[in-house]
Amino acid sequence: MASTRDIRRRIKSVKNTAQITKAMQMVASAKMRKAQLAALAGRPYAQLMNEVLAAATAGAGEFSHPLMEKRPVKRRALIVITTDKGLCGALNTNLLREVSRYDGTTLFICAGKKGAQFVSRLKRDLAAEFTYRDTPAFAEARTISRFAQELFLEGKVDQVDVAYNNFISTLTQRPEVRTLLPLGEIKKLDADLSGESQGEALLPSEAKEYLFEPGAPAVLGNLLPHYLNYQVFQFLQEAKASEHSARMVAMKNATDNAKQIIKDLTLEYNKMRQASITNELLEITTAQMALG
Amino acid sequence: MATLKLEIVTPEAKIYSEDVDMVTLPGVEGEMGIYPMHIPLMTEIASGEVCARKAGQDHYLAVGSGFVEITGERVAILTDMAIKADDIDEAKAEEARKRAEARLAEKLGDDEHATVQAALLHSMAQLKVKRRNRV
Repeated sequence: MASTRDIRRRIKSVKNTAQITKAMQMVASAKMRKAQLAALAGRPYAQLMNEVLAAATAGAGEFSHPLMEKRPVKRRALIVITTDKGLCGALNTNLLREVSRYDGTTLFICAGKKGAQFVSRLKRDLAAEFTYRDTPAFAEARTISRFAQELFLEGKVDQVDVAYNNFISTLTQRPEVRTLLPLGEIKKLDADLSGESQGEALLPSEAKEYLFEPGAPAVLGNLLPHYLNYQVFQFLQEAKASEHSARMVAMKNATDNAKQIIKDLTLEYNKMRQASITNELLEITTAQMALG
Repeated sequence: MATLKLEIVTPEAKIYSEDVDMVTLPGVEGEMGIYPMHIPLMTEIASGEVCARKAGQDHYLAVGSGFVEITGERVAILTDMAIKADDIDEAKAEEARKRAEARLAEKLGDDEHATVQAALLHSMAQLKVKRRNRV
């Protein structure tokens, strides 16, 4: 049985751990708020961009762009957006379970270290690894998206998917796989964090005839890549919001568990202390009785 | 009289959303003025100034490059930067311009060059709008 000193030592170490997890929880919740706000602020832009693009592709008539070309899928690329660090519960595990369904020929593009580690552990084809910061910058998304577009345009892959954690609420993040390329019909982006489906009715149903200046190919040629860049940007933001909220929840659980352990240990410690005091008292009284 | 709804949004926020009488845009092929009932048009804009006329008053904004969708009743501008004239800090813009110019003199990669170039255009657009407002 552990001595009182051992228990005291354990209580101290658990307390330290609790302090660390508590600090991480606070940091994560502050970052989460920021990430959520950032994702929310981008909503009008995403919505408008969708409307514009939907109107443009509908109004452009017979128009196709190399990025919209549908080919028989021989090889896929998958952009995996994970976190850099662990300690965020089952977030990465859930996502990577989806990822592992892809067959051996898939080309992987990773954003975040965890995904890259996973891919190299499985000895799959890792095309590139990107990093992104706590507040994803548009330039970072652009680099990733451009890389994928190049692969697609060169014919190295025939489809590009994205796997990321969709932020639903602080408590739920759902791993999702979306097709990025070829660009099909322009659908409403899941820009809304709260999951409400606003703006659906705003998509123009009747095709307006648009005039393009300088010309449809030129305008759409610039708009489509920009749209993709923006979409990747949004995926990164979602992933970040998911990461911080998952970490916050995981750390909160850890803190709660640590507190419970401290409580149990303290109880045991006090019991032991009392037992030893009782023992001592008994010894003293017996000794007195023997003397008297 | 019919009005136009002018909407200007950036990835960070919705900067402007009001009913105006006329809009002047810095199109890639030259400046253009948009009145209500304009034919549907899709175009790109370059970095520069947007002028919105509302009740006889001109409001200026500095914008970055982006896309514009014009319908008879709406002008939607998607851009990477938009600042109202009143919110522009001239000293800051001037400093940003100098910094960007200095950076451009260095040897940069293609990607970086484009970023710095864009930053330079942004600061120049801001300065242009600010200085015009004073005259």
